[in-house]
Amino acid sequence: MFEHAVVTESGLADPVQQSQEIFRTVLAALAEPGRVFQLADMASAGALGAGSAALAILLALTDGDTPVWLGDKAEALATYLRFHTGSPIASDPGAAQFALVRDGNWRLDLFDPGNEDFPDQSATLIIEVEMLVEGGPITLSGPGIPGHRHVTIQGLPADFPGQWSANHTQFPCGVDVIVTCGTSLMGLPRTVSFSRSDR
Amino acid sequence: MARDDIPDDLRPRWISSLSLAEPAVLEAHWAGLDPKPTFRWLRPAESGLVMLRGRAGGNGQAFNLGEMTATRAVAILEGNPTLTGYGYVAGRSKRHAELAALFDALLQDPSRREALWRDLVLPVEATRTAARRKRAVAVGATRVDFTTMVRGDV
Repeated sequence: MFEHAVVTESGLADPVQQSQEIFRTVLAALAEPGRVFQLADMASAGALGAGSAALAILLALTDGDTPVWLGDKAEALATYLRFHTGSPIASDPGAAQFALVRDGNWRLDLFDPGNEDFPDQSATLIIEVEMLVEGGPITLSGPGIPGHRHVTIQGLPADFPGQWSANHTQFPCGVDVIVTCGTSLMGLPRTVSFSRSDR
Repeated sequence: MARDDIPDDLRPRWISSLSLAEPAVLEAHWAGLDPKPTFRWLRPAESGLVMLRGRAGGNGQAFNLGEMTATRAVAILEGNPTLTGYGYVAGRSKRHAELAALFDALLQDPSRREALWRDLVLPVEATRTAARRKRAVAVGATRVDFTTMVRGDV
């Protein structure tokens, strides 16, 4: 038999409708940071070791022109993405347009912040966390937020506020983040100020 | 027990035959299959464009020849082992791509391969060879042989 990596998990069941829906939800999330949005459950997510919303975002937004960084120990997910979206898997985080990160071993400054002429060419990070709900000790403010919004996020690195502050001051450069947990997602564009009141 | 003497390197050959077959032939054969396999779509049929590449003079610099509409589908037959079938066809026929994918998967199953090879792939190839021969004969009838008359003092 032909030896090749086997993909058995399906992609989007209705690619046209679902990719539009996912795109609009991500757009809304980045436009209104601090609000938690929901995406429909992706059946394949569990088998690939990725969260449902994170997988949906990768399927909708990546293609052959967007290198994706998945970190270590993500062979099944890499094969799946290569098959369904054709996206190249980046070995160097700095070369990635999208990245899926979770539990440690990454820093925001590893990724491409864009440049003065083309700040939009920066990377977009999907950070998977253990808990994401509206209301809580994290305060967000900035464009798209009337006053302040509060959220609870568990699973970010301890030094995330410091990393984020360094990212935030690079405006217009810097990376944008989408925080995901299961089917929930929240946008965190580089323009947002992030502070915690519980540490 | 089927004879497993059809080597696996014939897969490119049957994939080609399935893609170039008349969709009606594949549909008729599918209708006659009993029992039908249980399957699902890993990639439902979708149409798109592929860029055809050529080389100047056949072996020179590569260039983009033009875009061609193609339709593809990938089917999975659950079972032991799980078989994945790929169908890529020129044009927009989703059903043709689906059937090509399903038969590619079925032909990978040793217990079905001999019958499918004999009853589907070989007849399809024979049809194509006959059509090509008929065309060659028709074109051959229009052939003109030029002869050059060499004059004495050249």
